[in-house]
Amino acid sequence: MNWHGVLAIYRFEMARFWRTLMQSFLSPVLSTSLYFVVFGSAIGSRIEEVEGIQYGAFIVPGLIMLSVMTQGISNASFGIYFPKFLGTIYELLSAPIDHREIVLGYVGAAATKSLFIGVVILGTAALFVDLPVAHPWAMILFMVLTSLSFALMGFIIGIWARSFEQLQLVPLLVVTPLVFLGGAFYSISMLPPIWQSITLFNPVVYLISGFRWSFFDAADVPIAISLGAIAGFTILCLVVIAWIFRTGWRIRS
Amino acid sequence: MSAILSVQNLRKAYENGFEALKRVNLEINEGEILALLGPNGAGKTTLISTICGITLPTEGTITVGGFDTQSDFRAARNLIGLVPQEINLEPFEKVINTVRFSRGLFGKPRNDALIEEILKKLSLWDKRDARINELSGGMKRRVLIAKALSHEPKVLFLDEPTAGVDVELRKDMWDVVAELKATGVTIILTTHYIEEAEAIADRIGVIRRGEILLVEDKERLMAQMGQKELEVQLSAPITEIPASLATFELRLNDAGDAVIYSYDTQGARTGITTLLNAISEAGLVLTDVQTRQSSLEEIFVGLVHEAETDNKETGNKETAA
Repeated sequence: MNWHGVLAIYRFEMARFWRTLMQSFLSPVLSTSLYFVVFGSAIGSRIEEVEGIQYGAFIVPGLIMLSVMTQGISNASFGIYFPKFLGTIYELLSAPIDHREIVLGYVGAAATKSLFIGVVILGTAALFVDLPVAHPWAMILFMVLTSLSFALMGFIIGIWARSFEQLQLVPLLVVTPLVFLGGAFYSISMLPPIWQSITLFNPVVYLISGFRWSFFDAADVPIAISLGAIAGFTILCLVVIAWIFRTGWRIRS
Repeated sequence: MSAILSVQNLRKAYENGFEALKRVNLEINEGEILALLGPNGAGKTTLISTICGITLPTEGTITVGGFDTQSDFRAARNLIGLVPQEINLEPFEKVINTVRFSRGLFGKPRNDALIEEILKKLSLWDKRDARINELSGGMKRRVLIAKALSHEPKVLFLDEPTAGVDVELRKDMWDVVAELKATGVTIILTTHYIEEAEAIADRIGVIRRGEILLVEDKERLMAQMGQKELEVQLSAPITEIPASLATFELRLNDAGDAVIYSYDTQGARTGITTLLNAISEAGLVLTDVQTRQSSLEEIFVGLVHEAETDNKETGNKETAA
């Protein structure tokens, strides 16, 4: 195992994060505050409670998930796409490092960044609303697994993408709608029965539901299914990445 | 000397059917400098990329230091440093960080003293905290070399290291290459500049359309294939060569005041004495005589051209490697 190599990639990726710390820090704080102003105060004051939880607090897990997922994807996809774009990937391909180590470095750094942002949002949210955390360990587990699995997905997108436009495409066209329709801002039980069934095909539902359970001890779907969904998604991403490196798809000619 | 790099039956074909390398065989000895010459698109970069692991071979085996580059890729790549042709660098990173990154990537523990030594040798130490995008083109190329040296390779590939580099920097690079050779590093460089190969290489390989046409000791190559020319300066210009000198196949220069005689240095008899006698018998008065050895460039152009005509005639050319 080339640990020096893993660490080199991790540090290099984190350096980019520290270089743009203000953007990394300010943008989630600002967008979370905006959500609270709009959904929490303006609209939320008319909604009162959802499933016995104050609406302002109810949307917090969804907001954190939204950022952790999109940031995980964009950090990892950008992280591996940039060397491809610049041509610096030659060094990665000629180094005595295997694909597990490359993935560990890039995905590890991307997951760290999105976790950091998740924690920042959690902290910002705590300033606005009372936030009980019923199952702190489960909360941490969900956050870590979500950031990791979406960073893995971002890594795949970064390898697949041939342009900056494609890089933005999946987060914009797939992830954001799935999160918004995945119960980030409402409970599935508020939907008409037919939409409740359709929604269950949205994988993000399970993540948000499970994450919300760790806060409020109440969930749309059983917690075991939530954990199974995130584990399954992680495994799927790992399988795709293993295939990419075995065939050299879009990396090695 | 033993071979540190061995390429056997290496073939690289792309999906569109283009065959970039056709059964290349190449042995490189430890500690030597091999210059790989070839026209654009000959397969120089593909060969290097395949050895370094950037491109997957279609067929054939490559060993570096006895380690197979596929089955034992870690051990093989540990020995290799690559300076690519394109200036591929992260623009916003500091010089020293990008060099440290390379060392780490190759699994080596941090060694600031070594990095300092390398940066000083390449005149980059003053720029260590500068961002890459603040550097000139020549400086960036040095950074690429520093990155490759940071992990102490035994075999160094330089893919057109002096393309687009000014004369002074080119000389500096040659000095760096000579220093590396002195420390026992094996160097394989590709170049368009024949004088570069002539100046620093021990052996020269010529590659064309994915085939190695020959690999030969530089001195021997020049001696074997070198034609020498004897230019005889005349006291008064002439309009045509006297019929008595026809057997020497002389050429008249443009001004008409010198005749040029080509001869093979390897020939048993060069024919110079008889020529000079014949010239004075023909009534011509010579004022000066000089000889000129054909350069590697002429040899190279001749070789590639020869292969081209051979190909047209037979549709095939045996590799002389």
